[in-house]
Amino acid sequence: MNRRDFLQNAALGLAGIALSADRSDASFWDAFFQKHFREMDENEIKNVIVRIEKEYREKFGKDITVGNEKPLPGVLFGYGLDLSRCIGCRRCVYACVEENNQSIDPQIHWITVLRFKKGDKWVDLENSEKYYDPPKVPEKEHFYMPVQCQQCENPPCVRACPTQATWKDKDGIVVIDYNWCIGCRYCMAACPYGARRFNWAEPKRPAERINTKTHYLGNRPRYRGVVEKCTFCIQRTRNGRYPACVEACPVGARKFGNLLDPQSEIRYAIEHKRVFRLKEDLNTNPKFYYFFAYGR
Amino acid sequence: MIKNFLVAWREALRWDMRFYAWAGFLLLIIAAGINSYIDQMNRGLIVTAMRDQVSWGFYIANFTFLVGVAAAAVLLVIPAYIYNFKPIKEIVLFGELLAITAITMCIMFIMVDLGQPLKVWHIMPFIGTMNFPSSLLAWDVIVLNGYLLINTVIAFYTLRGLSVGREYKMSVIAPLIILSIPWAVSIHTVTAFLYNGLSSRPFWNASILAPRFLASAFCSGPALMIILFQLIRRLSRVEIEDRAIFKIAELIAYAMGINLFLLGAEVFKEFYSGSIHSTPMRYLYFGLHGHNRLVPWIWTATAMNITAFFLFLMPKTREKPVTLNAACILMITGIYIEKGMGLVIPGFVPDTLGEIYEYSPSASEIMITLGIWAAGALLYSLLVRFAVPIYTGRLRFSSSKHQ
Repeated sequence: MNRRDFLQNAALGLAGIALSADRSDASFWDAFFQKHFREMDENEIKNVIVRIEKEYREKFGKDITVGNEKPLPGVLFGYGLDLSRCIGCRRCVYACVEENNQSIDPQIHWITVLRFKKGDKWVDLENSEKYYDPPKVPEKEHFYMPVQCQQCENPPCVRACPTQATWKDKDGIVVIDYNWCIGCRYCMAACPYGARRFNWAEPKRPAERINTKTHYLGNRPRYRGVVEKCTFCIQRTRNGRYPACVEACPVGARKFGNLLDPQSEIRYAIEHKRVFRLKEDLNTNPKFYYFFAYGR
Repeated sequence: MIKNFLVAWREALRWDMRFYAWAGFLLLIIAAGINSYIDQMNRGLIVTAMRDQVSWGFYIANFTFLVGVAAAAVLLVIPAYIYNFKPIKEIVLFGELLAITAITMCIMFIMVDLGQPLKVWHIMPFIGTMNFPSSLLAWDVIVLNGYLLINTVIAFYTLRGLSVGREYKMSVIAPLIILSIPWAVSIHTVTAFLYNGLSSRPFWNASILAPRFLASAFCSGPALMIILFQLIRRLSRVEIEDRAIFKIAELIAYAMGINLFLLGAEVFKEFYSGSIHSTPMRYLYFGLHGHNRLVPWIWTATAMNITAFFLFLMPKTREKPVTLNAACILMITGIYIEKGMGLVIPGFVPDTLGEIYEYSPSASEIMITLGIWAAGALLYSLLVRFAVPIYTGRLRFSSSKHQ
């Protein structure tokens, strides 16, 4: 019996005295004592997923599958964004919201599209506008830059997290165990890209708008008081599909692929275009590449 | 010994109109704070004014200020033990009790800031998965709890010795006291590094941050102690020599001199070079694109700090009760603004994507914060009431184990 099991039993004993031992209480304590995702064996993960699926069923009144697909061998995901194509329509933003079950109220977006005035200073982002709302895009005098989690190879958020609730998986995706996050928000202070979002209130989303195909480390419904962010649609990409934002982009500005595969789209972009990454001076080494495919 | 401990607590809680009126007043504020906290637990941190852009606010600002207060207890320990300056040595106990109180308040401020407070065990060593040595927050957990432990042991060991009329053994306590000095420096250094290490936030990512933290802590902490010592002296039979208080006041002047110099160095670098990294400091001192909520605060703080510096510097003003106390209050308020909101908020303004979200604490945040301050005041009052009878010799136990 290790120390945590001992504590767990001790606390369960106390809880048994304090509370009536009906099933919901047992579930509460199971959740309370759930181990860190990476410290659980396959069997424990399976049990946790069964419990979480049951919780979702009770909450949303429908079956939500929580997947646990592992990183694929020989895969390191990379993303490309063609700034010369982006028209600032924000379809990626809303496709992401529908795919990844973000809260509608309060509204949470994983992608932020920044608008800049042509010719203005823009790399420091201080003159960006994120609440632009014109009748029609693109606007002649502006250009746009979407920003989301840059999946850094050297992620400051992972270094900052005091509980190791966020980490970089083998395929390069920075993930969060929503059941392990304590909500201290140090990662949000550490992230140079404003990519992390906090659930300040209970996330609200109508049951009919829940995407039922989810991943434990990705788009499963989140809790109040934890941090979330873009995972390159882990529930899709680990099954060989494109992220939702790539599919939604009407102008093909978004490219995605395996950085280790010389034939991939993303490798083509890196080798044939002039790519740059956001805030390269910080040495975070993002796997999110911006480029200009053609000038206009 | 446990019996003696309980007797001493009974003594501390003995009926005393003035004390119970004070405690009752504090309990009312604490109750209001708890009420607001329950609301925050039910509705989430949405009841605060914090949002994704400014993800830390008033709670963390208070936390930062109080780490400084706790660290400053060491300023008393150095002359007391190392140079054997007797007048201060006699009152160092009350500084240690203040450190215990301040750290307890720090822990409360962190707890109310967490989104998932029940899961706080995830951060503990051994039972959780503490991200040590990578996360500076993990370091902070270790140094703050260690500091709490060291000061608790020193204070209660000293009191136990006094309670049986025995001078405590220096061989036992000396290593702990020696350890407490670098440890006090470490709690504020680590807290500074917590901000300092983030390359995403140019306002904090300046090497001068940790030295400035220490310099300002050595102003506000001792200033608070001077006020408290005078209160203790007036309200109890504890004798505190003027000489001790004036010495502390003199040390504050030096600390503030250093703090102002470091501030000047920082202001010069930011504004003369004028790179984009000076934007948060421009926001703090002059406002940005019409957003200037912090501007009046920081200038008030600056004026207070400079005034207090001169009042502490001149022997004539620092040795006159009126000007001394005025200087202390100016200093505490000035540093509270500068090392609280003035430090935390500009780190987030503009945010990493250039957005300006102007933060000021919500009613809930203010109520919860007041509750924690009241809890701290109550804890310190209780600790002092526990310590005073033993300290003055009114309460003595027989040292024999058989009685």
